[in-house]
Amino acid sequence: MLTYLIRRIIYAIPILIGVNIITFALFFMVNSPDDMARMHLGQKHVTANAIEKWKKQKGYDKPLFLNAPQAGIKKITDTLFFTKSLELFTFEFGKSDQGRDISHDIYQRMWPSLALAIPTLIVGLGINITYALLIALFRGTFFDYFSMGICVVMMSVSGLFYIILGQFLLGKLLNLVPISGYHSGLDAIKFLILPVLVGMISGIGAGTRWYRTIFLEEINKDYVRTARAKGLSELTVLFKHVLKNAMIPILTGVVVIIPTLFMGSLIMESFFGIPGLGSYTIEAIQQQDFEIVRVMVFLGTVFYIIGLMLTDISYTWVDPRVRLR
Amino acid sequence: MTLALLPSDYIVWVLFFLFVIALFWIRTQPHYRAQWKQVFQKKIAMIAFVILGVFAIIGLLDSIHIQIMQHHLPQQKSILDLVLSLLNTQDEKTYTAPFAVALHPTPPHDIILRSMKGFLFGALSYAIVAGIWIYICRHKKNKLAIAWREAMMTIGIIWILICVLTMLAQNYHIFGTNKIGQDMFYETIKSVRTGLLIGTLTTLFMLPFALFFGTIAGYFGGFIDDVIQYLYTTLSSIPGVLLITAMILVMQVVISNHPALFPTIADRADARLLTLCFILGITSWASLCRLLRAETLKLREQDFVLAAIAMGAKKIPIIIRHILPNVMHIILITIVLDFSGLVLAEAVLSYVGVGVDPTTASWGNMINTSRLELAREPIVWWPLCAALVMMFFLVLSANLFSDAVRDAFDPRAGKT
Repeated sequence: MLTYLIRRIIYAIPILIGVNIITFALFFMVNSPDDMARMHLGQKHVTANAIEKWKKQKGYDKPLFLNAPQAGIKKITDTLFFTKSLELFTFEFGKSDQGRDISHDIYQRMWPSLALAIPTLIVGLGINITYALLIALFRGTFFDYFSMGICVVMMSVSGLFYIILGQFLLGKLLNLVPISGYHSGLDAIKFLILPVLVGMISGIGAGTRWYRTIFLEEINKDYVRTARAKGLSELTVLFKHVLKNAMIPILTGVVVIIPTLFMGSLIMESFFGIPGLGSYTIEAIQQQDFEIVRVMVFLGTVFYIIGLMLTDISYTWVDPRVRLR
Repeated sequence: MTLALLPSDYIVWVLFFLFVIALFWIRTQPHYRAQWKQVFQKKIAMIAFVILGVFAIIGLLDSIHIQIMQHHLPQQKSILDLVLSLLNTQDEKTYTAPFAVALHPTPPHDIILRSMKGFLFGALSYAIVAGIWIYICRHKKNKLAIAWREAMMTIGIIWILICVLTMLAQNYHIFGTNKIGQDMFYETIKSVRTGLLIGTLTTLFMLPFALFFGTIAGYFGGFIDDVIQYLYTTLSSIPGVLLITAMILVMQVVISNHPALFPTIADRADARLLTLCFILGITSWASLCRLLRAETLKLREQDFVLAAIAMGAKKIPIIIRHILPNVMHIILITIVLDFSGLVLAEAVLSYVGVGVDPTTASWGNMINTSRLELAREPIVWWPLCAALVMMFFLVLSANLFSDAVRDAFDPRAGKT
């Protein structure tokens, strides 16, 4: 187990370097440091002097990948890529191009993201699994076909429709909840009800179908037949045997996404005006704030890799047959 | 009047001809034929297929662009534009509700009369054609037992619907008009091509990469496997939005640096659409690659591969002749399953501002521009409604069809 973890962490390093190179290349393929300086200083009346000063101040005055005039190892270390990327590995995020402290920003914006993502995940999971269990109980009946029909229809409706309808119905017509925005503390609840509800409803179609397939796959296995032959009632079979075994694929599917919850949902947050990490990333991309973009991409990758690791660990946890080496 | 095909038009028609060739090839292969028969025996799948076919015809008609002189300026129009220009002659200045004609207040019975006329014409013409067809086929035994009756009925309903809509659209704006008086019915029909292109091209762009890397990684293992796994893990850990935004911006830089390559607005929008398909393909490439790798790993140990090795076959021919045909079902299922998701993704991307060009007719753009109009008084709901309804029908039929395809081709499905 320990060797496995160490190996995975060592594997993660080249992936993180690769992600950094790609982010770096993508970003500077589009705009040069000069463009960034102009963007941040304002479009008009920018002297060449001011640009140089801004670049020097923010550390963008070095060559991108290769510093030819320097000698020896400095050829690589004294470049923009090296200085900007290496410090990420010590989780030292520095300041954004606008001078704000990124770690502080992330710490502040993490909570709204979590406040939105965790209830959506839990409520969605609960509803989807319950509904799928119900369908599995009444499989092959009219209820099954009807529910599957509804799920396909719900899957086929654009997610934008749910968002717009929710904002329009609950927010504008009925005036129950604010259309968008956020407030810290307990007031957040009234801002979060709508996004959580919309997130839950838009996930029902695909989620229920997925869990139904898992349950039906389990139901056709031999141990279920044995349990029935013993004379157990269908409900006992379903809840005590099928649900327990179906938890393996369900849990591992959920564990992957838990770490990425920190990163927030890009779409929901920007639609509902929630100041989380998802909207932070989008804003940074739109304002071409390279410092924030690279930190968020780095963090996203770290969480993604942690998610993959947790999945493997959770396999051993729920399924004793699996051993990690 | 000259033919002026856009790059995406060429791709669409090449695709179409490949599709037709594949169709004839499948007819000669009894194994594939049986599986497709299983798909089309399902009534819902057949109905969905017919609806998809109607969408495809709209998309194909919209993919023949010609250049015509209008007010002494060269204009690019598609065949679909010419067909639709027969319908709508009345121009509006700003918002009008569906069926409202601001300048000519018409009595409501006109609408009913026109739709009755359209219905009668459609029903009669369909009855005659269907009658002749049944008369011709009366001696044929229906050996295939695929759901012909449902297909004919769907075609009939769609034909009657087209007739009614044609009658109505000559005088009314069926889905109303938007802020600058554009007919929303026309816009939704024009958006079909964008949706179809994004749904199909994206998967096709990523297919060669995923197929090549997936099978190679699975078959050779070792160092090659490590490198390829590293590649797709790295690519899939970067947020898709960042990749898409960066590529779209790069494309815009390219366009502004080489104006000679993209002479018209349509060319520029087309280049952006193709870039979007390409980059969406790159972001969704990893999952298919992973699936193919896992399947190849399994197949590599199978007896028929061992037999081929024992016969002295080389590695590359084994991959092409023995592995590839056995992963085809995964590819097919991925193509049809991804289609609907991609059509929906286009709408979301347009909202974030990194979707198709704002001048391209697309459902995403329609939803995006009309979203804030819900706050107006009185509410302007029809542009939103038009886009969502059309998108819903396309995605629903794609979903239903892909379910049937998966049931028929996936060895794991269908047993439950």
